[in-house]
Amino acid sequence: MEVFLQQLINGITLGSIYGLIAIGYTMVFGIIGMVNFSHGDVFMTSAFFALIFLLVLTTVFGMSSMILALIIVLIIAMVLTSLLSWAIERIAYRPLRGSFRLAPLISAIGMSIVLSNFVQVAQGPRNKPIPPMFTGGFEVMNANNFAVTLSYKQLMIWVVTAVLLAAFWYIVQKTPLGRAQRACEQDRKMAALLGVNVDRTISLTFVMGAALAAVAGTLYLSYYGVVNFSDGFVPGVKAFTAAVLGGIGSLPGAVIGGLLIGLIETFWSGYFSIDYKDVAAFSILAIVLIFMPQGLLGRPEVEKV
Amino acid sequence: MAADDTANKHGPDIAAAVKDALLSGLVALALFGPLIGLRTEQNMRNELVIQSRWGLVAAIIAVIVIGRFLMLTLVSPALARRRERVSATPEHPSALRQALGKWFAPASIAFLFLYPILIVSLLGFQGSLKWVDNFGIQILIYVMLGWGLNIVVGLAGLLDLGYVAFYAVGAYSYALLSSHFGLSFWILLPMAGIFAALWGIMLGFPVLRLRGDYLAIVTLAFGEIIRLVLINFRELTNGSAGISSIPKVTLFGIPFDASPGGFAKMFDLPLSSAYYKIFLYYLILLLALLTAFVTIRLRKLPVGRAWEALREDEIACRSLGINTTNTKLTAFALGALFAGFAGSFFAARQGFVSPESFTFMESAIIVAIVVLGGMGSMVGVALAAVAMIGGTELLRELAFLKTIFGDNFNPDQFRMLIFGLAMVGIMIWKPRGFVSSREPTIFLAEKKAISGSLVKEGHG
Repeated sequence: MEVFLQQLINGITLGSIYGLIAIGYTMVFGIIGMVNFSHGDVFMTSAFFALIFLLVLTTVFGMSSMILALIIVLIIAMVLTSLLSWAIERIAYRPLRGSFRLAPLISAIGMSIVLSNFVQVAQGPRNKPIPPMFTGGFEVMNANNFAVTLSYKQLMIWVVTAVLLAAFWYIVQKTPLGRAQRACEQDRKMAALLGVNVDRTISLTFVMGAALAAVAGTLYLSYYGVVNFSDGFVPGVKAFTAAVLGGIGSLPGAVIGGLLIGLIETFWSGYFSIDYKDVAAFSILAIVLIFMPQGLLGRPEVEKV
Repeated sequence: MAADDTANKHGPDIAAAVKDALLSGLVALALFGPLIGLRTEQNMRNELVIQSRWGLVAAIIAVIVIGRFLMLTLVSPALARRRERVSATPEHPSALRQALGKWFAPASIAFLFLYPILIVSLLGFQGSLKWVDNFGIQILIYVMLGWGLNIVVGLAGLLDLGYVAFYAVGAYSYALLSSHFGLSFWILLPMAGIFAALWGIMLGFPVLRLRGDYLAIVTLAFGEIIRLVLINFRELTNGSAGISSIPKVTLFGIPFDASPGGFAKMFDLPLSSAYYKIFLYYLILLLALLTAFVTIRLRKLPVGRAWEALREDEIACRSLGINTTNTKLTAFALGALFAGFAGSFFAARQGFVSPESFTFMESAIIVAIVVLGGMGSMVGVALAAVAMIGGTELLRELAFLKTIFGDNFNPDQFRMLIFGLAMVGIMIWKPRGFVSSREPTIFLAEKKAISGSLVKEGHG
């Protein structure tokens, strides 16, 4: 029971991070039907932005309040990562819109290689550890000498994820931008005819996805305390798995999928074998796609001739 | 991009171009400023500290601003004018181009057969090692993998991002069976191919209903699963440490070593490791040509035509009574077969295999070669392999740059960065790859190649 509860807490934390990344995949796939392969590396780059500015704030400016520093870092990382994603869309994807279907995917894979190798060249191939922050936490339960703890960091991740998801849910459901996005998702040509600026809407979709990936990146850095240039690929694929599991194109689906993947992964490593946790995640991806391609909350794809 | 539209009518708009260039400079400053300008390094106490490199950032931003300005004022108007000129004259391949197309393939095959002789006569046995091994064999492995994957991606239109799994199956089959049972390469080569093909069928079967991007992601997942199993199934595969001292290939029983029965002693030649490399070169050349030959012959068979029909329109294919399941499975199995051959060759050549060699990056490189070359085009795939693998191998040779940029400069680390940039650049420049024309396999009066952009390729 105690182990179960602890794994549940860990799983929800991990799942929140996957969910935040998964939204970027699901929104872009929903609107232009493309697997944005570089999204995982955008997430990794955002963690590096957070790392760099955290160091600048603490060592150069000597800021002592960790919470304030983290909030500033989060905002800077969101802005810069959005800009990065906007630039990538402009350079690598927009010229290929309407081109044959594999071209954007190959371009995205190329961009993913570019990003991870660029960060490797610019920042060096070593692991980048930061000093631990927000140590301590609440003791939820203590039985048989096994203390179930919810650390402050985990609580912070839960709160930040919940607040941001609510904000994004509001943007997509209630604002003109969200309406334009949903219109483009349904029929891009018709939306354009009705005066929606399609290019701008697509750009903003990339920007929104990247902003959430930046939140995930900052939280990832503060949770694990270490980041490496190659950290984009595996979380990226898992977040994509989450998006597919939840039903691609659906925002709540992405979050539910993320939580499920996080839970499956932590329970798998807790009860079976930590070696095969990635195998478990990838197997779920394959099984879901084969037996339930529309996912949990997605619309079934209608084949038109 | 606003400048593009006005440029066609009355010359480049300098003011807009300046504004655009400065804006790109600003974006570059925001992105490259932190990532390049503030490098995080560990100090003696293992704490991260910031090292600033603002000079480098300034140089990069200057290059971007000036490059963008020149692009808007000179390059894009010139390109637009050229496009107008080209579209004004009807497209008709010149006689030179037709002759080139006709003679290119035989000429390059002849060149490939003469290549080691040429290199040896120019540089001697010892000097030839690098050129035959790093360039010749390395590129030919990728040509073979590209041609193998070309069956799956190029002909059948099934995007497979886990192709490297079959390569791994081939490599590990040879590595394990030869070190445990001492079987020879010539027995294991077909066996490795058959194992890989069986895996191809096994993994292909469940994913047949998927299409496009979904298929790509599931194959990616399978590729990663196989790699993770290779890492974690330590009892069999020795984990990430890999399997070493894998037996070498013999020339029908004659080993390439210094023993009395070895190749050099037998033919009374001075000892040199170059013979083995040259032998491997011809071996992979023949294997690659076998792949090409089988593909070319299969394209003329009903199954080959079914593949291409499947690529163009799956629904039409099914309506015409083609068994799509079998068609897809044969494509998967054949592609995997050749990957298995290439894998066992790879294991024999390296003498060492580890899961490190079979990462997703390898799959991405092979897919990139197929798509960049132009899906379905044998010549295009070979050209793309030469350009991408040869080009990045060449970067290893740029040691002289150290004299310019100082000793810390290592051109090797830019290899994959440039590879990725090239992938994006080529896709934007030629979304259909180097050779995008389609040659029909069946025709009435005359064989006429058509441009790839006329083909819809909507579903698949």
